[in-house]
Amino acid sequence: MLDASSHKFDRLPDTPGVGYKPQHFSDIMEAPGSVGWLEIHAENYMGAGGRPLAQLRHLAERFAFSVHGVGLSIGGEGPLDPDHLARLKHLVSWLNPASFSEHLAWSTHESAFLNDLLPLPYTEATLTRVADHIDQVQEVVGRRMLLENPSSYLAFAESTLAETEFLREVARRTGCGLLLDVNNVFISATNLGSDPISYINAFPLDLVGEIHLAGHDEDEDDHGALLLIDSHGREVAEPVWALYEHVIRKSGPLPSLIEWDNDVPDWAVLEAEAARAARVMETVAS
Amino acid sequence: MSNTKKTLAVAGAVAAALTASMTAPVQAQAKEKCYGVSLAGKNDCAAGPGTTCAGSSTVDYQGNAWTLVDAGTCADIELPDGRMGSLEALERDLPQG
Amino acid sequence: MIVDQTEFRSAILDPEAARPEGLTDGAGRPAGRRFDVYRNNVAVSLTEALETAFPVIRALVGEANFKLLAGAFLRAHPPASPLMMFYGDAMPEFLANFGPTQTMGYMPDVARLELMIRESYHAEDSTAVDPADLQALAPDALMASKIWLAPSLRLLRSDWPVFSIWRFNTEDGAPKPQMAAEDVLIARPDMDPAPHLLPPGGGAFIAALQSGDTFGAAFEAATNANDSFDLGKMLALLIETNSMTKIGD
Repeated sequence: MLDASSHKFDRLPDTPGVGYKPQHFSDIMEAPGSVGWLEIHAENYMGAGGRPLAQLRHLAERFAFSVHGVGLSIGGEGPLDPDHLARLKHLVSWLNPASFSEHLAWSTHESAFLNDLLPLPYTEATLTRVADHIDQVQEVVGRRMLLENPSSYLAFAESTLAETEFLREVARRTGCGLLLDVNNVFISATNLGSDPISYINAFPLDLVGEIHLAGHDEDEDDHGALLLIDSHGREVAEPVWALYEHVIRKSGPLPSLIEWDNDVPDWAVLEAEAARAARVMETVAS
Repeated sequence: MSNTKKTLAVAGAVAAALTASMTAPVQAQAKEKCYGVSLAGKNDCAAGPGTTCAGSSTVDYQGNAWTLVDAGTCADIELPDGRMGSLEALERDLPQG
Repeated sequence: MIVDQTEFRSAILDPEAARPEGLTDGAGRPAGRRFDVYRNNVAVSLTEALETAFPVIRALVGEANFKLLAGAFLRAHPPASPLMMFYGDAMPEFLANFGPTQTMGYMPDVARLELMIRESYHAEDSTAVDPADLQALAPDALMASKIWLAPSLRLLRSDWPVFSIWRFNTEDGAPKPQMAAEDVLIARPDMDPAPHLLPPGGGAFIAALQSGDTFGAAFEAATNANDSFDLGKMLALLIETNSMTKIGD
């Protein structure tokens, strides 16, 4: 049996990657196109065996991996779940991915996991809590992690820090890196009436180890204002591509992931999105 | 059954089982296929649900409302206990979680 | 105004509850239906998870009824862990007590079968014994041996025709279930688990092996349960599904 951990990719390549879906296994093995690396949700690979792990063993021979946790609840008020931390450590030791990341969000409270990334206020108190949790994660998992900016539908009256300040300070205190989700930046800015370019300009791009791109849907709030929903169910929107190009101009090429989680399309459609990200990086470089 | 009879039965059963399994379709002719989703055109249902880090634009968050809306296949199943044929309409409020 | 996560969580799971105060839009006005985006994300993602998890229960009660059932279930039993692939272990008990399904005695066992198929899918890999090893043992030695079963193997013993109900809802043209108690073996030859109807006495045989009885004792338990127990057929099934991983003491 192959030992996935023997295939070492020290870092994600500065190329497009995609969120891995099992139905694309054969396509990826046969015709990856511009896709140079894959991302998985950690929680879907925490079973003891079977096809999910067998697929990873095979894919890991050829592709660098990013393990992206969606269930650790780093922004939770309560302590991190030690069982879940142990499962993450196990998966990361086994797969030895090029990158490991999680979200600035919470999803578990009083032992109920809500399967959504829920928001937290940005205050000194939450900053201390999040930094403590990240210290713990990095210690247990034994490597540096990336923290992802959320998509926001609302704001907390109690917040005293801007999101970019909050993320910068968490990174300074813990040594973690950041995952910049450009679609989330666009969604939050639209939903809260702020300027996405200013957000990017205030973001510590030197700490970014990975970029996320995804599609969103449109809704509206009680006042008829546009409310974008982070649905990951369609092509990346044009203004998000423009914002991505702005980021790449400032940062240079970065590992850039296309996330498509709902209404997952055929491989060709997903690969075409990845190819577009590659073209943006090439255009900016030339 | 006496022990001798049992032993004979076991010997016979092992032989029969080996014959039967050898004539059965060969398992996993193409091992590689098994890493993919094997049944063409069929979802890999047994995997069960996965996680999400995406929101939804399908609106559906009603609480404990219950009214019989449609009929499933349970209406087609007639088992001797007549009460089992179909869903019960509910007259009272559901207990709160 | 500080919003704690206890309040946030309660308001998410109860659509009738007031939205927490202290949540705003970008201009400082109350968040209003912006909060409902989270209510909706949670309810929809968990409902979809249950739809994926219980396709046969869903077929039995119907799409729309299942959505309502899922809405009640997810509020009574939100996931206890982020491993969504195992979500729904409280479903059998829930169906036994849920008003509209209470009188459908077979529902809990159908849910158990669906849970077991998922457990099997994610279970540890194993290597099957060479069937020739069985034949190499003298019958007396085999009778005294124990059989180790694959970690992916599950047994469901039901008072209901649970296999026939499963088949009726997953296979085109499958016969209508007739009332009978059925024992079902869930086995995973390689990557894909599938349920198999056990021959009469087969449930007792597998249960005995699972509890660590010798082959001989399991054979006896099976013939006691049903004197027409067909050991050859039973063994053929175990061989074909790669279900035996070790024969020994």
